[in-house]
Amino acid sequence: MHKTLTIARREFVAYFNGPAAYIVICLFLVLMGIFFWNPFFLVNRATVRQMFDMMSVLLLPTAPALTMGLLAEEKRTGTVEVLLTMPLRDTEVVIGKYLGAVGLLVILLVSTLPYPISVSSLGHLDWGPVMASYLAVFLLGSTMLAIGILTSSWTENQLIAFFTAGIICFALWIANRFLPFVPQGLADLLEWICFDYHFMSMLRGVIDSRDVLYFLSVIALSLALAFRSLESRRWR
Amino acid sequence: MSDVMIEARDLVKRYDDVVALDKVSMSVRKGEVLGFLGPNGAGKSTTMRILTCFTAPTEGTATVNGCDVQEDSLGARTSMGYLPEANPLYPDLLVLEYLQFVAEIRSIPKDEARKRIKTIVEQTGLGNVYAKQIRSLSKGYRQRVGLAQALIHQPPILILDEPMSGLDPNQAVEIRDLIKDIGRERTVILSTHNLAEVQVACDRVLIISHGRIVADDTPDGLRERAGKARFLVTLQQSGNGKAKSSFEALGGVERVRALEAESGEERYELLPKGSEDLRSSIFRAAVDNDLTLLGLSREGQNLEQIFRELTVEESQASSGGDRAAAAS
Repeated sequence: MHKTLTIARREFVAYFNGPAAYIVICLFLVLMGIFFWNPFFLVNRATVRQMFDMMSVLLLPTAPALTMGLLAEEKRTGTVEVLLTMPLRDTEVVIGKYLGAVGLLVILLVSTLPYPISVSSLGHLDWGPVMASYLAVFLLGSTMLAIGILTSSWTENQLIAFFTAGIICFALWIANRFLPFVPQGLADLLEWICFDYHFMSMLRGVIDSRDVLYFLSVIALSLALAFRSLESRRWR
Repeated sequence: MSDVMIEARDLVKRYDDVVALDKVSMSVRKGEVLGFLGPNGAGKSTTMRILTCFTAPTEGTATVNGCDVQEDSLGARTSMGYLPEANPLYPDLLVLEYLQFVAEIRSIPKDEARKRIKTIVEQTGLGNVYAKQIRSLSKGYRQRVGLAQALIHQPPILILDEPMSGLDPNQAVEIRDLIKDIGRERTVILSTHNLAEVQVACDRVLIISHGRIVADDTPDGLRERAGKARFLVTLQQSGNGKAKSSFEALGGVERVRALEAESGEERYELLPKGSEDLRSSIFRAAVDNDLTLLGLSREGQNLEQIFRELTVEESQASSGGDRAAAAS
């Protein structure tokens, strides 16, 4: 556990050692600002619902950008050889790096808090659904990060990792738009696999343990596969 | 337990259909500095990666400090320090931060780590750069950082993959002396393709070629072989194929090898058993066998030649020998 946190801290700090964290946070906030305040005054209600819709879209490129280098870059530069020949379990490496990325996601979400705070000064804001929505975005983002670290474990090329993760996340995000075109049995499955189905119900302020469990299972599955991929170098 | 620190038995590594290692066995005793010598692509790095538990052998077993690299890889890794080829480092970290990171991963308590880092920075001569970013360091200093990283947990075993390659001669000498110093109380495997380094720094030399170990000797033993003369004979082509056998029949000749020759000529290399001068008996053998002697010379061999002979020329010479056999 201690070693996992050491790696998590190293990754978290590394984001701020380079321009990566600043670029991502700035871009995220600027886009949020542009797309949030425009419709806000049109709707003319004290709600931040659109903000969370917006965030789920912005996370699509953001999450893969945060994770693309985590393993791919280590493999490209060879530092992975130093890391993996230290007395560390592969699981500690994967989970540590993942937690580092989740740490930055938390910073990102905290930096959007001024939005609901300023909205609540303009009118009565119901904080219950807001908190539920934050949880929803946190789970969605964490899931995308887990998928990102998985694709980062497949390649030495950050761009490939970025696009593969982006495509997988986008597919999971958009799949329910195709529901009318698939047979009924498949449609249920497709809907259940989709981010939207679980995300939207949480945005409404309903925290269903099944939705939480869905995100946690996708995270667990992605991390387990990333771990297997890292471990495969030691298969006979 | 015996004092064997590293033991590898019949290591085989195949990548798809390429055989990188072909039954490599070795054992390294406590306190030994072993030079692992071979041309690029001979299997040095692969062997080291197996010993450091980075990859697994296709077949065979290895134990490090009594821990099997497959069964108890965490145990094996704890007792090793490893400097990979090309010395990969995190460019964004300060030297100090990097060493702290490694110390934490190695589970060294904070107070102890502070002391160790101080000692190691002194020992590796990083004193005036430890607050600098690794990306700004020269190659020589980076190499020191890599060594410091490998040494921070005071491992009984050190595995260094080409620690002196890419350094200028002065840096190489400094790093070599450092390794020699470090190696006094540790078991060290160090790979290189530079013979001079091996002669200075190592107690024992393994030469690996095409995934096989072709020599296991002390540097002195190698030098002794190198000190021996060899005789080069050039003959007019006779076509009767008697030359080789007649030279082999000479007393005092250990081995005869056919070399590449210009057309119309045959060339042989004769290695003597002792240190006697064989020139007169070679001349007489040529006359007796009706061979026309065009050239005869005695040459001292150096380490480079032995290395070439063991690693490059062997495969060429054997295929050349095959060709000669098929022709006769």
